[in-house]
Amino acid sequence: MDRRKFIRSLKSEIKANPVVYRTSSGLRKYSPILENAGIHHLLKRTLFGVNKKDIDMLNGKGINEALDLLLTASPEPLPPVNNYNDSNFTDPNVPAGQTWVKAVYDGNANGRRISSFKSWWTGLMLHQETSIHEKMVLFWHNHFATETVDINDARYIYKHNALLRTHALGNFKQLVKEISLDPAMLRYLNGYLNNKNSPDENYARELQELFTLGKGPKSNYTESDVKAAAKVLTGYTVNATTISSSFDPNRHDTSNKQFSSFYKNAVINGQTGTNGALEMDQLLNMIFQQEEVALYICRRLYRFFVYYEIDEATETNVIAPLAQTFRNSNYEIKPVLRALFSSEHFFDPLNRACMIKSPVDFCVGLCREYNILFPIATDYVNQYYMHDYIRTQASNMQQNLGDPPSVAGWSAYYQEPQFHELWINADTLPRRNQFSDIMIGNGYTRNGKKINIDILTFADSLSDPSDPNKLINDSLSIIYSIEVTQSVKDFLKSILLSGQSTDSYWTAAWLTYKSNTGIVVNRTIVLTRLQSMFKYLMNLPEYQLS
Amino acid sequence: MKRRDFIRKTAPAGIVFPALINGFTFKAYAESPLVSALTQAPTETDHVLVIVQLNGGNDGLNMVIPFDQYDNLANARSNIIIPKNKILKLNGTSFTGLHPSMTGLQKLFNDEKLQIIQSVGYPQPNFSHFRATDIWMTASDSNQTLNSGWAGRYLNEEYSNFPIGYPNSVMPDPLAIQIGSFVSPAMQGPAVNMGMAISDPVNFYNLINGIQGTAPNTRGGKELTYIRQIAQQTQQYGNVIKAAAAKVTKQSSYPTGNSLADQLKIVARLIAGGLKTRIYMVSIGGFDTHSLQVNANATETGNHANLLQRVSEGIKAFMDDLKFLNSEKRVIGMTFSEFGRRIKSNSSGGTDHGAAAPLFVFGHYAQNDVLGASPVIPITTGTSDNIPMQYDFRSVYASILKQWFCVPDTTLENVMLKNFQSLQVIKKTAPCISSNPEIINANAGKNIISNYPNPFQTSTTISYETFGGHALIQVFNTEGKLIKTLVDMEMNAGTHKVTFENEGYLPGVYYARLQNNNIQQIRTMLLVR
Repeated sequence: MDRRKFIRSLKSEIKANPVVYRTSSGLRKYSPILENAGIHHLLKRTLFGVNKKDIDMLNGKGINEALDLLLTASPEPLPPVNNYNDSNFTDPNVPAGQTWVKAVYDGNANGRRISSFKSWWTGLMLHQETSIHEKMVLFWHNHFATETVDINDARYIYKHNALLRTHALGNFKQLVKEISLDPAMLRYLNGYLNNKNSPDENYARELQELFTLGKGPKSNYTESDVKAAAKVLTGYTVNATTISSSFDPNRHDTSNKQFSSFYKNAVINGQTGTNGALEMDQLLNMIFQQEEVALYICRRLYRFFVYYEIDEATETNVIAPLAQTFRNSNYEIKPVLRALFSSEHFFDPLNRACMIKSPVDFCVGLCREYNILFPIATDYVNQYYMHDYIRTQASNMQQNLGDPPSVAGWSAYYQEPQFHELWINADTLPRRNQFSDIMIGNGYTRNGKKINIDILTFADSLSDPSDPNKLINDSLSIIYSIEVTQSVKDFLKSILLSGQSTDSYWTAAWLTYKSNTGIVVNRTIVLTRLQSMFKYLMNLPEYQLS
Repeated sequence: MKRRDFIRKTAPAGIVFPALINGFTFKAYAESPLVSALTQAPTETDHVLVIVQLNGGNDGLNMVIPFDQYDNLANARSNIIIPKNKILKLNGTSFTGLHPSMTGLQKLFNDEKLQIIQSVGYPQPNFSHFRATDIWMTASDSNQTLNSGWAGRYLNEEYSNFPIGYPNSVMPDPLAIQIGSFVSPAMQGPAVNMGMAISDPVNFYNLINGIQGTAPNTRGGKELTYIRQIAQQTQQYGNVIKAAAAKVTKQSSYPTGNSLADQLKIVARLIAGGLKTRIYMVSIGGFDTHSLQVNANATETGNHANLLQRVSEGIKAFMDDLKFLNSEKRVIGMTFSEFGRRIKSNSSGGTDHGAAAPLFVFGHYAQNDVLGASPVIPITTGTSDNIPMQYDFRSVYASILKQWFCVPDTTLENVMLKNFQSLQVIKKTAPCISSNPEIINANAGKNIISNYPNPFQTSTTISYETFGGHALIQVFNTEGKLIKTLVDMEMNAGTHKVTFENEGYLPGVYYARLQNNNIQQIRTMLLVR
């Protein structure tokens, strides 16, 4: 069955969901003191998974201070390196361990470089700081979606990603301009083929439909606007040696461009010579004058960070004032994020634990929650392999980093009415369980290096692992978002206690283990029970929610 | 890639993995030569084993009560001893009786559907619930850590590529089902867990009736319900379980308020519904009776009595139901607990963690006897005195595998990891009986092991009679600790002698245990200053 048929058949089986409570809370500032559950909620939505270090970073901070930290851009990372020389192939232009991002194109190396890029990016997520930066890079990747299989030159792909990274928390209008001039995007949406003799409307259409205005009911640009914008954008070319774009006046359409009533019948006068490049600024100014731009971007942010359903109350109380903030700040991104993440609406209990984790959030988050140790940076060959393993898992769960299904990004972020639910189906849910089973069990081994969950160390980091009740509560607060019933907790405890009803049996077993952690039999007793419990926990549907 | 490497690299997942194979992902595997290796057919049998776990360490001495040791026992545990006149008698034995609350099992014994195996344990008993449970589940030696369970190793031998290529037409059903808990470590195979769990009866009825658990009326609750629906669809065995349950529309009656009976009722339904599942595990907790084990004014009542009543009534109702459902001859059951309890009771009206204890084998084809002699209770007992083991618990497993599941000896060694004594636990009339040599009843009253002098100071000579084949003589102290292995070799039939030297042991009772094929006997020796 193909995916769409499958989803249709699935939908027909699913009964209509009952109406759930709606919230009328808005952007009024949330209590300045963050309670523990509030800290966890904020961290889970802005990072990939949460670990104790992240929580400690926010402990005792008020909402303003917390957001100061979370909205701080991370330093520019070192570029990806040649991790891919092996017995079959040696890159003639890039020594092992050195970066390839400015090396000459090599058809034999290119596929390996793209894999290197993906491993590098996955690693940045796995080793992220306590900052929203990495999640915003993924947000923009989904928004300005490109596919490595189409661009097919790792150097463009890296440069594009670096661009998203640089502007991830910067100015959206500036980002749109840079994206319009980005060699990867010019290649991906054929902008470099768009010239006065044979206009290519691809980028002009997506610029409006996907990147700025969207397709909401108030976004009424016309087909002729697409054609006119395409003419404005004629003349850009890409230099495949320097991986840079430039404007070629000879390829530019110098006629006047007439826009529809949606744009108040604006005309962009044709310019000659290098002045032709100024028309792009006029086009962007015209687009960004539309209120719909800010509304559309705020809806996208909302669906990525809060929940996919936007009802009238949310549109009025959250989206509209957020969009106003966005316009007031001349499309600076941080003020919008700050307003959203400090709002009563974001912290409203009804908006907690309702995000279905994306595959990347699931896989990277799992590794971060348990502090899974990866090979160190100097062992880049093994480190990249391990990052690639995590990336591949997410890809098998239908989110292949760098290769969304189309320019529209992943359907979970736009496809009515299921949105995020599309991540979970009869194929992907068992894969998620399989991944967590592997990581809590023997782990993944390659080249003699292993990654897995060190559950004993994890348990040891909790407030009092010798008390089975505290152990369970502390663990749930880190790896779960949704509250579970006492009967679930009782069941978890029965796993730790092997069906006994006396808590002290666990306490004794734990303390015996701790008194000399080198004794295998004592270690095995607590290890197998913890593994069973956490395997069960991660197999429950509750673990899919953030 | 080798199969095991393949499994290790892909999934140590128990239950979730086959969905991938049966569904979308199978295409990828179909190109692999591995799939062609799946054709090795398992042994043809419709036999089922039901394992009843009594969590907490059951007090075997108040469950199966030795009339012939009663006075000494009453002396050791005067505050909890069951009145002699209340003990249930069993046909054909004057030595052994049952706790008064176990009328169901008494009936089963008298109907020739119950076997009692005395003093089951292992050398060097461990008194930790966790470690002892692991030993019983993995069938390891006391000082050995194993990462697989005995039932898992057996199923791995039978269904050697699981989970790759499962379910299939030969084995469309779960290999093993655990009810009432998470998947038992007993079902852990060398690479993957061979079992699936129905974590509680409510889940089972939700599964077969398509009902969802409750979720809060929030956005989170809405998404949780959605994921649960998908999870139910991916329960790759969900459909076969539903279909099996649907075939059974009427069952005979079970006691209410009895969690074990609830679980066994599900098992009977699945068996009669035609699942080819070989092993079921159910459990009941609460046997850790350190205090208030009995009501002081009527010791035949109280917590332990209630637990035993549930066990007895649950198993009896299960057997009756299986008969009603015409599936009685397919099923053998056994009980076990991680350890027994001390001979001597404590002052809080309970008993502390002990060692060997009796267990039951039940079923139409269960050998109907009391296997082994009553445990010997000394005239005076210390607080740490335990029942010495007569039978290694792994002998019980091995015998069931051999006599009920027709497992050949060579395979049996792979499963049990050693050669264990074969006991007659299944009637010889059962369809799959192995060709054992004639069983000699070690209870016939003949002493085949003795020692002289007794009592002794520096050494004593043990005389014993063997019937050929492997002979083993072990000496245990009263705590169950293995002091010395005197004989462990193949020998000719005849009478032999061996000397037990006092190598500075503390004075007291020592047990010499002779094992020769399926015969064993225990000799009580007294070391004095």
